[in-house]
Amino acid sequence: MSFTDRLLKSTDEKPVGVIGAGNFGTVIANILALNRPVLLYARDGEAVKQINAKRTNRGHAIHENVTAVNDLAVIARSCEIIFPMVPSAHFRQMMKNLSPHLQPYHILIHGTKGFDIQLPEGETIESVRTLNRKQVKTMSEVIREESVVVRIGCLAGPNLAKELSQRQPAATVIASRFDEVIQIGKKLLRNDRFQVYENKDIVGVEIAGVLKNIIAIASGALNGLGYGENARGLLVSRGAVEMVYLGRALGGDVKAFLGVAGIGDLVTTCNSPMSRNFTVGYRLAKGETLENILADMEEIAEGVNTVRIAKKCADFYKIRALITDRLYKVLFEGMTVEEALEFLMRFPLSADIDFI
Amino acid sequence: MEILEEKKNKNKPYKPILDGIPDWPVYQLSKNRKEFIAEVTEKSISRIKELRPQLKQLVDDLQATVYREQNRIKRNRWRVDPKDDPKFWATIKNELVDLSTKKEDEVSVAVDAILYKIVHRYASEIAGNFKASSYRLAREVIKFGFLRLLNGTRIKKFGAFFRNRYTLRDKIHIVGKVKMIRKLAKQGTVVMVPTHFSNLDSILIGWVIHSMGLPAFIYGAGLNLFNIKIIAYFMNSLGAYKVDRRKKNLPYLETLKMYSNLAIQKGAHSLFFPGGTRSRSGLIEKQLKLGLLSTAIEAQRSLYMAEGEPKKIFVVPVTLNYHCVLEAPEMIEDYLQVKGQDRYFPEQDKYGSFQLIKFLFKFFTNPSSISVSIGPGLDVMGNYVDENGNSLDAQGRIINTRDYFISNGDINVDRQREDEYTRMLSQRIVTEYHKINRVFASHLVAFIAFEIWQKKHPSLDLFSLLRIPEEDLEIDYAEFKEVFKRVRKQIFLMKEQGKINFATHLKGKSDGAIQRGLENVGVFHLNRPLLKNKKGNIITKDLSLLYYYHNRLVGYDLEQFI
Repeated sequence: MSFTDRLLKSTDEKPVGVIGAGNFGTVIANILALNRPVLLYARDGEAVKQINAKRTNRGHAIHENVTAVNDLAVIARSCEIIFPMVPSAHFRQMMKNLSPHLQPYHILIHGTKGFDIQLPEGETIESVRTLNRKQVKTMSEVIREESVVVRIGCLAGPNLAKELSQRQPAATVIASRFDEVIQIGKKLLRNDRFQVYENKDIVGVEIAGVLKNIIAIASGALNGLGYGENARGLLVSRGAVEMVYLGRALGGDVKAFLGVAGIGDLVTTCNSPMSRNFTVGYRLAKGETLENILADMEEIAEGVNTVRIAKKCADFYKIRALITDRLYKVLFEGMTVEEALEFLMRFPLSADIDFI
Repeated sequence: MEILEEKKNKNKPYKPILDGIPDWPVYQLSKNRKEFIAEVTEKSISRIKELRPQLKQLVDDLQATVYREQNRIKRNRWRVDPKDDPKFWATIKNELVDLSTKKEDEVSVAVDAILYKIVHRYASEIAGNFKASSYRLAREVIKFGFLRLLNGTRIKKFGAFFRNRYTLRDKIHIVGKVKMIRKLAKQGTVVMVPTHFSNLDSILIGWVIHSMGLPAFIYGAGLNLFNIKIIAYFMNSLGAYKVDRRKKNLPYLETLKMYSNLAIQKGAHSLFFPGGTRSRSGLIEKQLKLGLLSTAIEAQRSLYMAEGEPKKIFVVPVTLNYHCVLEAPEMIEDYLQVKGQDRYFPEQDKYGSFQLIKFLFKFFTNPSSISVSIGPGLDVMGNYVDENGNSLDAQGRIINTRDYFISNGDINVDRQREDEYTRMLSQRIVTEYHKINRVFASHLVAFIAFEIWQKKHPSLDLFSLLRIPEEDLEIDYAEFKEVFKRVRKQIFLMKEQGKINFATHLKGKSDGAIQRGLENVGVFHLNRPLLKNKKGNIITKDLSLLYYYHNRLVGYDLEQFI
């Protein structure tokens, strides 16, 4: 080993932080642990104890390089590179707690597929007059707003936690406006079972990752009605078009939607009974109420909130988003899945693709 | 007609922060002019070679440079261009042609020689020529001339010409963070970035800098300004360096950036108009030119990498607010033409020395005033700084700007990162412009009138609207007043939230404020953009001009209150 190699190796010993010990956070911590020591933050002190003592979390065995901690200050002090992996609903609060400990040299790469919304006191998504990009933020924008960190990246793509933990082949996209963030992320995540692609359009990639959850719910619903592959092909392709329309209005570039984080993630989630969003749609079609379904889910299904936000944004930007619109009616206005489907099948449409 | 007098400015003039001119960084720079040009040349060359690592690419760029320069000489020659321009570029062209006859090892030597000639010529052309004696003279001339004009025209009494009842400070209001910028200028290097609406800006800002007690700044001034002899004289003596927007070739742009970069590193307070050129539309700049702005970031990183106590660079946004912009009619015409047809417009100035004097006379005889808002100091990342120059995060915690350039524990050079930082800084500056922008009554009446007409013709696009005959446009005064009150209230509210600022004359009875606005908006133009007719209703004589003045308040979402 040459001297420079050793030098590189020694700086590489600095731990990497992961915030959020949910399914995805745990799996990412395990992947990172192949290359570096990892500090995994869990909000719940019991979970920390369990991870450190029993070396398991949510059914995943924990890599020996992973140490769980309960203190954000420790993460910020020990790590220059941090991967926040918490649900969008808690993301801003987590950033507010983390921010006092962050410095401009930190690099944050998040893996959260959801929107943040800020509404005036007492308003809800439904009651507010209009919803647009002034109130709806992606996670990278939340990081910018809440902290001094500017070198921000995001992880997106077809990354079902369970398959990743079984070391099945998979790929992800790292998006950032900064080359250095992309390269660092690649170096940390890449292994012989995990391919990492690059994208400069971080907002596009984030939005693609968020919007695909809408189509995932619809896919689950089709499945629940017992329909087969033709129907799913129809949904996935038209869903992709709808994502592009919505995504462009929200500030993403078309390209991001055609890549691993767009089509790649969409196809995966729409075919995956393991996914939470798919499950919501499936059980809806079986006649359960949304309340019931959400009550016994272990983790948050981001898609439900995304439908509410996307519907309102489509209204504001005057985008025709039929699937989102019908899904909204099913989720919140008591329309049945059959009625929604019937409407969509009758709707007169012509052009297949008109955005390229 | 009753003249609504602006409140007299009670501020006393500021003491200079440095005693003698020889202490000024700009003086030091020009004393060592020759050495400085040599340094700029050397460093620009190594940067150009870094950007074009292969000889072939470099030669291609040099050929393109010669081609463009010869084209410029043929098509677009200016009075300031050196007489030997055609000869110089012809020689370079021949030398480039001769390369093909040379042996391989000679070629790279010859290319280096050519590159040196070009870059050195550019560096010498760009470099300013600050002279203490002519600076003092110019300063006195401006002050004396302005003062005499002001008093002679305003006090209608015999001998008024020699009275000192009014001073420039009554005419030009400086508001905002003056004390802070004075403090920052003592601790670090200030880069001032004003909005750009008029050719008068350059002279005005020179006076403002002097009057704040700051040493002369170096300017990046458009070379076209040097065509006008009077301005050229003042510019030269105020420490301006020349920016030629006709030259878009790689060696020129890199040399220009290196000049600014090194001057900032040497502590020369600098000023550039980041919008690049005057705002043709009257809109506050939305897109800034990133070239010169990037030099502030690069200079800061270089300073952090150098040994010793690093000097900090402070970016100070400034907005200039006028009731009337001399060149507005031509500029808005240009703008509409380009927007309508997507065509480029040539850089042309229709004003010679005489027109300028005439304008100045008009300017001083009119009671309307100008205000200059000095924004808060920012670090090169756009964070606010405190009075001691510490960068602050949104919660007021002190952070270290140096940390933005650190990767894996050390400062490193990452051009892509710095490009991105430049983009972020430009967005911050634009946001800050909107916050410190001072609304005048004239801006507000123009905005309201135009928006009302737009609203009355919802189906017309901008160009169709502008084609409506002016005689057909009239707004009932009562209706106008009601909208005025509503929008003004919103502006007051936004000021509370720190989103905008307004001139004190906007307050008070709405009739009075409207009156003041109507009297001042575009007051020197042949066709007034806004007037009252005999019935007391609001009319226009020039809708395009009205559109220009209206644009000043676009971008605040005020349209919804019309």
